[in-house]
Amino acid sequence: MEILVCVKRVPDTSENEIGVNSAGTDIDRDDLVYSVNEWDNYAVEEAIQIVDRVGGKVTVVAVGDSESEEVLRREMAMGANDGLLLSDDSFGGSDGKGIATILKAAVKKGNYDLVLTGAQADAGAGQVGGMLAAMLDQPYASLVNSIEIINDKTLKVGREIEGGNQEMNEIQMPCVLSIQTGINEPRYVGIRGIRKVASVEIPVLGALDLGVSSGSVGSAGAKVKVQDYFVPQLGKGAEILEGSTEEIIDKLIELLKVKGGLK
Amino acid sequence: MNFDLTTEQKMIRREVRKFAENEIAPVALELDEKEEFSAELTRKMGEIGLFGMFVSEEYDGQALDYISYIIAVEEVARIDGSQAATIAAGNSLGIGPINYFGTKEQKKKYLPQLCRGEKLWGFGLTEPTAGSDAGGSKTTAVKEGKEWVINGSKIFITNAACELTLGVTVQAITGRRANGKPEYTCFLVEKDTPGFKAVPMHKKMMWRASNTAELYFDNVRVPEENILGKVGDGFHQMLQTLDGGRLSIGAMGLGGAQGAFDLALKYAKSREQFGQPISKFQAIGFKLADCAVEIECARNLLYKACWLRNEKRSFEKEAAMAKLYCSELMGRVANHAVQIHGGYGLMKEYNVERFYRDQKLLDIGEGTSEVQRIVISRYIGC
Repeated sequence: MEILVCVKRVPDTSENEIGVNSAGTDIDRDDLVYSVNEWDNYAVEEAIQIVDRVGGKVTVVAVGDSESEEVLRREMAMGANDGLLLSDDSFGGSDGKGIATILKAAVKKGNYDLVLTGAQADAGAGQVGGMLAAMLDQPYASLVNSIEIINDKTLKVGREIEGGNQEMNEIQMPCVLSIQTGINEPRYVGIRGIRKVASVEIPVLGALDLGVSSGSVGSAGAKVKVQDYFVPQLGKGAEILEGSTEEIIDKLIELLKVKGGLK
Repeated sequence: MNFDLTTEQKMIRREVRKFAENEIAPVALELDEKEEFSAELTRKMGEIGLFGMFVSEEYDGQALDYISYIIAVEEVARIDGSQAATIAAGNSLGIGPINYFGTKEQKKKYLPQLCRGEKLWGFGLTEPTAGSDAGGSKTTAVKEGKEWVINGSKIFITNAACELTLGVTVQAITGRRANGKPEYTCFLVEKDTPGFKAVPMHKKMMWRASNTAELYFDNVRVPEENILGKVGDGFHQMLQTLDGGRLSIGAMGLGGAQGAFDLALKYAKSREQFGQPISKFQAIGFKLADCAVEIECARNLLYKACWLRNEKRSFEKEAAMAKLYCSELMGRVANHAVQIHGGYGLMKEYNVERFYRDQKLLDIGEGTSEVQRIVISRYIGC
């Protein structure tokens, strides 16, 4: 099975204290440590496991500047076979539709049975997977938390539903799935894997190579633009418990009892 | 001059850090408290390639350069000294001598299991009467027919008495040289050899989750093919092994210093007194600034020693300097880290007290700070 997994380089929330920049347009990106988007990492692990079971190849693709190469290399060290970087000055400032447009062009250049994305990335919009599927005119399932291969045309996928419910679907390939965390346990990247890929050349495709017109992507093509970025004021409905850990736990238990959450 | 790490070295730092934060950090406190060696964690460290780092792929090693190895030890030590000790001793003392001095047969027999982290190997050098003075050792090996008979004991031997231990390298006196000094030879002794006993040592102040043993040899018979290298090579093998070991102890000091510093900085930025984070007070900010400067110096010194070794140039003086400086640096930084944490710093759950305890070994093991100063003073012509 030929699988393409779309990955994004995002600020690592475990390594950084994230704050809003002084202009109020974005987070403060000075001195941030970046890593692969957590959802995407689950998607890559799932792809590797599928290929381990039925054979085939996993390709990881990222849209971004040259620094995005590091997340591709990392996912290749984890076990993806190939990497592909989609990079062009005109791609900067793309909205979700712009990113999907660029990815669609890359998908069209290959012959993939399955395209995986993370359910969402750092911006939290969660739109690329669905838009990409629509542009490719392929079926799509979101928030996928299990994949079973029925035959070379059909998958059975589980979806996480609001309220803790679960849904099982059959879906025809080629298709696009957005992957939820918890679908598997991503492996650690071992030193041997790192050695294998440390000096591998990762191909880079630009707007011309992909046949993407620069007006349709990047800030020029973006129809959704961030206007303001801030930490919201605490509302009246929220109560922040304060004190030592023990005191907070006691207050929380008391509150849960009062509200009927604990008996 | 190029201070950039390679892509490979940068990736190793990130991925080992991630592993250490996710797998070691959650259990470090408990293992320390119970004084428990974890075979499960050791195997996991083996799975990601933390053993056999400088051994060729032919024996299931990772075939890394020395800086990469040191970065890996540093990142584990940033989280926990005990696990870093298991790795540093496993690589430098367990695997190292077999890799550098062993015959093809010995390497084939032992290295793959050791490099995969499935088994561990000890290096028996220190004796109750022979610490800094190797001349005080009493363990002997006498040739009888085609066998050698070993008698004596060793103490403070890492990785030598746990469920993963496969055997030990033991240095023994095998005769007298023309100048009257003892002739030393190293032997490989498998753990089930009759007459060999390895007893775990407990009630340690530091490295409580690493395995430390006393070894007893009571008429232990090994065949000739268990000699490491040649008869009489033991002393030079020991010196060379310790030169390499100094770099990994240096990495433990540097990593431990970085770990204690990171905890102290984080705490100082979040702890408020007199209406502001304590990091804003000069008394605390200057302490942290001094730590940052010293850590930077230590890293440059240690990496330079590793670079010299990679380039196959003489690195012994720089290795002694790095071992001494990084070890003592961690003492200063851990001390500041506890002080910055105030009362909480004395509590186990804040972790800095473990760094404070774990550091003390670094001044003592694999050549005390005093011995390093002797070595350095000789190199500079005193």
